Amino acid sequence: MQVPAPFAYERATSVEHAIALLGELGPEARVVAGGHSLIPMMKLRLARPDALVDINGLGAELAQIRVDGDELVIGSLARHADLLGSAVAGEHFPIFHDAEKVIADPVVRNFGTVGGSLCQADPAEDLAAVFAALDGVATVRGPAGVRQVRVRELHVGPYETVLAPDELMLELRVAIRPGGGSAYEKVERRVGDYPVAAAGAVIWLDGDTVRDVGIGLTAVGAAHFAAPEAEAALRGQPATEESFRAAAQLAAEHCNPSADQRGPVDYKRHLAAELTTRALRRAAARARGQEA
Amino acid sequence: MEVTINLNGTPETHEVEPRLLLVHFIREKAGLRGTHWGCDTSNCGTCVVWLDGKPVKSCTVLAAMADGRSVRTVEGLEQGGQLDPVQEGFMECHGLQCGFCTPGMLMTARALLDDNPDPTETEIREAISGQLCRCTGYENIVRSVRWAAEKEQGGPVTESETPAEVTA
Repeated sequence: MQVPAPFAYERATSVEHAIALLGELGPEARVVAGGHSLIPMMKLRLARPDALVDINGLGAELAQIRVDGDELVIGSLARHADLLGSAVAGEHFPIFHDAEKVIADPVVRNFGTVGGSLCQADPAEDLAAVFAALDGVATVRGPAGVRQVRVRELHVGPYETVLAPDELMLELRVAIRPGGGSAYEKVERRVGDYPVAAAGAVIWLDGDTVRDVGIGLTAVGAAHFAAPEAEAALRGQPATEESFRAAAQLAAEHCNPSADQRGPVDYKRHLAAELTTRALRRAAARARGQEA
Repeated sequence: MEVTINLNGTPETHEVEPRLLLVHFIREKAGLRGTHWGCDTSNCGTCVVWLDGKPVKSCTVLAAMADGRSVRTVEGLEQGGQLDPVQEGFMECHGLQCGFCTPGMLMTARALLDDNPDPTETEIREAISGQLCRCTGYENIVRSVRWAAEKEQGGPVTESETPAEVTA
């Protein structure tokens, strides 16, 4: 039987209470939301927190998905199924629905959360690549108040973020700009597995020219899950298959995949290029209103 | 810590360690063995129960996280001596052989039909894609869920290719 090592358990009744509890319990305490990454790691003793602060009761404050002005706002406690089912998220950023369809499986998606996925900082996390492509910003609150952290600056390394032990992620914000399209492409060995590789793209067109672009990559060792070299090369270029392939090649060259049971380095680099091309192609088609 | 879970409509209160998993609360504390405990890694889905109306993998939820909430298990499907149509469908269409995956499959199937009363084969396969069956090849499970859907829709209940009556 796999059971976590003993820990203290506290249930937060408000955001302020959660932050106070994290402060009291010290740096070895962890927030638990869906727990679908953390609890398996605790069973295997890959994580061994002294205490858990359960925030599942904070749904009214933290699980909303809404448009606020010209930003899409996704609460950190929104479940994967909520994001997949959110018409407003899909209307502005179909990349969310592309990705959520292939994150874990439908039952896991009922409980796993958006904020939990990002804070777990798994190097193969899909949503990290999605928010990197979209250049999303996390609102984080600690005892000293609220601060904003770009998702591109959130992850320090595998399973490590810039959040202090007593900070809580409240929500994620993505700017809604007209003329854009987005898409996510993933290769996985079977349903529910981590990606072998995956790429997300968001693209804004001026006619047939790429006005702006964001590219996210996961499971291939891309720094901060992003491909800034490819983005820079593609801005201002014609939105053609040739430009997409050239940018995708740059993305593949600048990532740093590791060989593991999901495949060798060459294969993953090949996937990085191919999936980036496909994501750009589909994002551009959507920006032109050619594909739903 | 003391945990109270509304289990199939009945409050169950037990003193537990915070690390107790929901699946073990259900099986060991409440004594309901219908929910199976399988892979322990949230892959196989035999431990699926409803938590506040949504299917979850109970090997990956702490009992403490379900405190004050409602859980429905496979024992809660039958109502007043009447099997749920999904249970009947699994009998009619031979949706199980060894039966290990069945409780989780039934709970996911019930949730699917509540949400989508007339699912396609693809939608059924998607709904159970996080659950493993080593006997049926899924074919008969899909048929079983369709059988239940058709019964609930009041439409013709198709005869399955497998015999409806299976003797032990």
